[in-house]
Amino acid sequence: MRHVFQVRIGPVGFRVGSDWRAPVARLEDLYAAYPRPEDGIPDFTVRLFAARPWRRWLRPSVTLGGDFVLPEAAPLPLSQGLLAAEMAMNLQMALGQRRYLLLHASTVERDGRALLMTGLSGAGKSTLAALLAARGWRLMGDEFALVDPETGRVHAFPRLVSLKNGAIPIVRAALPDARFGPLIAGTPKGDIRHLVPDAAAIARMDQPAEPALILFPRFGFAPARRPLGPSEVFVRLTQASTNYVALGERGFDALTRLVREVPARAIDYPDAEAAIAEVEALWAGL
Amino acid sequence: MGRPVTDAMLLAAALRDPAGFTETFSPSPFRAFGAPSLSHREREGAREAKPSGKGEGDNPNPWTTLLAMARAEQLLGTLAIRLDGQPMPAAAARILADARISIAGQRRAALWEAEAARRALAGVGCPIVLLKGTAFAAAGLRAGEGRSIGDLDILVPRGALDAVEAALLAAGWEWVKPDPYDDAYYRRWMHELPPLIHRDRDRMIDVHHTILPLTARITPDAGALIADSVALPSGLRVLAPNDMIVHAAAHLFADGDLAGGMRNLWDIHCLLEEFGAAGLAGRARHHGLWPAVARAARLAHALYGTAIPDDWRPRAALDPLYRRRLAARDGWGRPTRPLLRQAFYLRSHWLRMPPAMLARHLWTKWRKGHRPT
Repeated sequence: MRHVFQVRIGPVGFRVGSDWRAPVARLEDLYAAYPRPEDGIPDFTVRLFAARPWRRWLRPSVTLGGDFVLPEAAPLPLSQGLLAAEMAMNLQMALGQRRYLLLHASTVERDGRALLMTGLSGAGKSTLAALLAARGWRLMGDEFALVDPETGRVHAFPRLVSLKNGAIPIVRAALPDARFGPLIAGTPKGDIRHLVPDAAAIARMDQPAEPALILFPRFGFAPARRPLGPSEVFVRLTQASTNYVALGERGFDALTRLVREVPARAIDYPDAEAAIAEVEALWAGL
Repeated sequence: MGRPVTDAMLLAAALRDPAGFTETFSPSPFRAFGAPSLSHREREGAREAKPSGKGEGDNPNPWTTLLAMARAEQLLGTLAIRLDGQPMPAAAARILADARISIAGQRRAALWEAEAARRALAGVGCPIVLLKGTAFAAAGLRAGEGRSIGDLDILVPRGALDAVEAALLAAGWEWVKPDPYDDAYYRRWMHELPPLIHRDRDRMIDVHHTILPLTARITPDAGALIADSVALPSGLRVLAPNDMIVHAAAHLFADGDLAGGMRNLWDIHCLLEEFGAAGLAGRARHHGLWPAVARAARLAHALYGTAIPDDWRPRAALDPLYRRRLAARDGWGRPTRPLLRQAFYLRSHWLRMPPAMLARHLWTKWRKGHRPT
């Protein structure tokens, strides 16, 4: 393809080909500190292309392609090319990853132990991960937690942190020195702005961590804390996994082990400050 | 000296000669002693694609090219089995190890789906013949090793079709074609029921009563396919070896537009290598499918080095065109040669139905927004 970008995020190598220079230039800039795929051989290929030749110039729109595609994925305007690339990379993971059990969760680490936060879109996974990173936690990822079925440990996947709408100013205030991507307005999910993970997150991305706590946060409610039974945690995590079924017995073994060994809590929170306090309190009580 | 190989002939070379491929493209202290058996064109084609040093630019590692092609042609699992134990970069080895795990899961699910169909249809009392990938896996054939398996394809006697349909619907399968035109078309003209999908397991079943559409000019002997099928210990059946090859060739050259043809041709290669060609020509003629089988054998020989009888080898004039269509894939996994693809798409319909009907059908599909890929 015309323009190519290659990157390794945690244990996963990507190759992004694009009909346009702009998305690749953006990726090169924001992922500048990341390594290239091991041996120059990426795990997944992503293609950003014009579905019809004239769509390269005339109201240019980016169609998502790659090793794995969803037939109904709608094209995005070229101004949202970075978002298109990020979505397509996530899609390869969601549909194609078979080495690790994928949980749709953000992960932060402290003292070699990982905190996993999962929940529906809008629960605040990415925001909480970014705010905890601002308080000295290591950011392992805001989208997918990679559980190794062999060891039970969580591998980091610290791609750009995708912040939406109201979370953008909150994280900007908490991380005044951090790098951010451009504001992408008017996406299907509202305004999006990407946070570049800090140097420690990138430098230590090859270090896995032992999962120590699973949280199911919920934003917009009066503060509450609820313990969860293992069966509920198990079912919720099967729903939070994109490849649990595809992994078959390995997936079942990895997930039951996680649920058996790691405590889980549901927390409701009205604002970021309350959430952070609650997380720190729970963590201190482990 | 020809042009370097820049299409999926590179994938064919790796499948045909794993040692030769890895010899050429893996860092090995013994390379100097090996005599790579890839042709000059194949070697140069992949070398040309070697990284320039920084690993950037549109100049991918030959392994990246190979893996992307294999994925797009649904041959990654097959490639993983073929290249097992060969020296290769660690990143490639890991991707292929993942593919082996993934394929093992697919195989288990496919065999379970066959068992589910057997249970659902036990009361019907008709023979149930597994076809394609599930049959290869169930019968433990080489063609099933590493093969990706999607839908479950079965063949039943036409007279039992209504009972089979009713039994499947009662056991949780549901229609997936919401379009009345498609549904009516299947029932009137096709060699299979409209596809059904199981509501809990989300797996599709294609119930065939013969191996070519009723509108095709060729009419294979469906009765003989079932009568000569072979029972497995489970009670499910598979086609007799020669009929398996005839069906695979019919599927590839007398019916479809060669989409996924690299994999189907690999099936044929494995079947020919495992069963040989004895009695195949006679059986193929009986079904009216000798031209398709002969072409399949010639192309399998050309792409994968399949051993075939000497007198089957003389090439037909159009073979190179088929080769180009089969290998029309680039290092990004993209389909290439759109005009050739379009021509084979039209050809598939030409074979499938008479001209007036074809015109009507294509017009209807076009208005519904269908385009060949």
